[in-house]
Order: sequence, then C-alpha cells, then structure tokens
Amino acid sequence: MGNRNLELTVGCFVLIGFVAFLLLSLKVSTLDNLQSGDNYLVTVSFNNIGGLKAKAPVKLSGVSIGWVESIDIDRMDYQAHVTMKISNRYDNLPSDSSARIYTSGLLGEQYVGLSPGGEEAFLGDGDKILISDDALALEDVIGQLLYQKAAGD
Amino acid sequence: MARSTKRAPPWGAVREAVLDGLRGTGRGTLEGVTTLGRAILFLLLVLPQLPGLLRRPRLLLEQIYRVGFLSLLIIVVSGFFIGMVLALQGYNTLVNFGAEESLGVLVALSLTRELGPVVTALLFAGRAGSALTAEIGLMKTTEQLAAMEMMAVDPLQRVIGPRLLAGLFCMPLLAAIFSVVGVYGGYFVGVGLLGVDTNVFWSQMQAAVNFSEDVWSGIIKSIVFGFVVSWIAVFQGYDSAPTSAGIGAATTRTVVISSLAVLGLDYVLTALMFN
Repeated sequence: MGNRNLELTVGCFVLIGFVAFLLLSLKVSTLDNLQSGDNYLVTVSFNNIGGLKAKAPVKLSGVSIGWVESIDIDRMDYQAHVTMKISNRYDNLPSDSSARIYTSGLLGEQYVGLSPGGEEAFLGDGDKILISDDALALEDVIGQLLYQKAAGD
Repeated sequence: MARSTKRAPPWGAVREAVLDGLRGTGRGTLEGVTTLGRAILFLLLVLPQLPGLLRRPRLLLEQIYRVGFLSLLIIVVSGFFIGMVLALQGYNTLVNFGAEESLGVLVALSLTRELGPVVTALLFAGRAGSALTAEIGLMKTTEQLAAMEMMAVDPLQRVIGPRLLAGLFCMPLLAAIFSVVGVYGGYFVGVGLLGVDTNVFWSQMQAAVNFSEDVWSGIIKSIVFGFVVSWIAVFQGYDSAPTSAGIGAATTRTVVISSLAVLGLDYVLTALMFN
C-alpha cells in the first residue's frame, strides 16, 4: 500500500475514533455542562434529608438549576447542612425562597426543589435559605397510618 | 511376610502418583513465574524504545492500519448487534415494570461501562492479538529477528515497539466506536422497531450517563486492556518456540491468556472505580 493511502486510511480511522469519543461525551452522556459554568453557593438546613446524595439536582419549577455540592451535619444544632451550587444564570432567586426535598417518581432519585418567595433582595454567594421542608420519610407515613388505624379500632 | 509383599506395590504406586501430581504443580508454578518474569523483563526492555518511535512515525502508522483499521469492521458489526440484542432483551424485561423509557439508560450504561471495553478487548485479542503473535513468531522461526540483530537493527525497536504502541493507541478508539455503534444499534431496535419514544430514549440516557464516571472509566478500562492484550501478544510471539507447532501454541496462548486477563482485570478495575 502506498504511503499516501496508508496515511489516508489511518487518518480516517483516527478521525472515526475521535468522533466516537465526541458522540460519547455529547450525545450519550452530559458533559456536566451545568458544572462547567460559573455558579454560587447557597446553604440550607434540614431535619431529615432522607436519601438525598451529593450531586443530586437542584430544581426550580422542575428545571435543573444546580446541584448538591456537599452534605454534612451542623455541629451546633445537629441538623443536616446541605450546600448547593446554583448556576449564575439564576442569580435572581428571592432571599425568602424555600427549599424542600422531593422524590422524582415513586422510586426515583431525590432532589432539592426550590420555591421562590416574594422578597425584593436576591440570594447571593454563601447565603442561607431559612425556610426548609424535610424529605417525606415513607416509613413515618406508614407508621402514622398504622397508629391512626390502631386508634380508630 | 506374604501380606506385606502383596500390599507394598499398590502403596508405592499411590505414593508415586501423589508425588507426581505435586511435582507437576510445582513445575507448572515455576514455569508460570519464570514466564511472568521474562514477560516483565521483556516489557522493561521495550518501554525505553517507545519514545524513539516518534522519530519514525511510518512504522507506527503501518501498525495502526493493521491493528486498528483492519479491526474496524468486526468491531462495528459486533457493536451494532450487541446494542440491538441489549435493547431487545432489556425491553422485554423493562416493559413488565412499565419502565421501557429507561431502555436508553440500560443500553448506554451497559455499553460504556462494561461491554464496550470488555467485548472490544476480547475481539481485539482474537482479531489483532493472534495475528501479532503469529507474525512475530514466524519472524523468529525464520530467523528474521536474528538477522536484524546481525545488521545492528534492534528488533525490539523496529518490530515489537510499534506493535505494542499501536495496540495501546487503537484499543480506546475501537472501544469508543463499539460503544457508540452499540448505542445506535439499541436506538434502532428500541425506537425503530419497538416504539420507544425518541426524545425519551436520548434524554433519559443523557440524564443518567455521567461523562466523568461512566464514559471516562470505560476509556480507562480500554486503555488498560489495550496495553495488556498487546503486551501478551507481542511477548508470546517473541517467546514462542521457533517451530510451526510452537507458533500455533503461542497464538492459542495469546488468545486464552489475554481473554482471561481482560475478564479478571475488568472485575478488579470495576471494583476500584465504581466503589
């Protein structure tokens, strides 16, 4: 095989390989495009985070606007302390917004849902969301149901 | 007296058989360890030759053509069929739970994490690894390697280096092509034939497949597999007995050992990366 033909076929092969990488990163997976941009930190405390994990999405009206950066325990009040990163594109969240942990579907992953408040001031980097609602613990609901049934008998 | 002469021979035979078994095990272990030692020494001799290859890219290009480009067809065809069968089997199970929207996730995760690197490496060992071993073994048998040394051409640099590097370079590309073609195979069956919604197929897949975890770990796996398979292939060729039977045995060993190594390493790498 001639030198030029060899170079051509190898070039085509390498090109196909890199197109495959590109498709894997863009079409098959998300290249973490939210995480690449600028974002700001907001914290919130919960009594019970249920099954919430780091990297879980943060949603506003169902739209992903950020993700959970870290979860730890507040040493002072023993509450779960959740740090969220929110994209700078959404820098106009009112400062009295509230956070709640939802589950997508019956068995889906858990995420933090934000509901905007009515204040004029906006949340900035390092601010804390003061109003929070805990994860719905399925075992508590079942327990309550059982107690109500027992009490009714 | 009569009793002891009657009993002695079978007792001695049993003892001999046990000792033979033990000796065989010992011999096998020693041979295995020496072969591994030779393989590692061989690698240590080849590795310093690799940077010099950049000055002679033509040698590398030829090997990339033969190891990579010529393996393309088998990779594409198997990838497409594996994707199709994944979608078909996955759909039949998922539809019982009303979760056929997750078909894309199932296909893409299986391919990028496991099947892409592993099946590509197995095919690569069968298609390219065996050819490398046979070629180098024949070069050794016909004393071409010895002739090169006579001419002060280092066969490790001239013959072994380009083949090892080409294998290392081509495996990740082939694995990525396999995964992408497989995903489109799954798309063809899932969306085209079974009627899963196109947008749901892609959007669920994109939401669930993480680049840095799933795709990237698959790429790391394929690099490791490419290195191990090419190493085993060139070593078995270089180490083969210089007879026609020796080349045949070395080719078989290449396929057997590299397949086992790929499957074993896959478990280890998975345990390390998805912990």
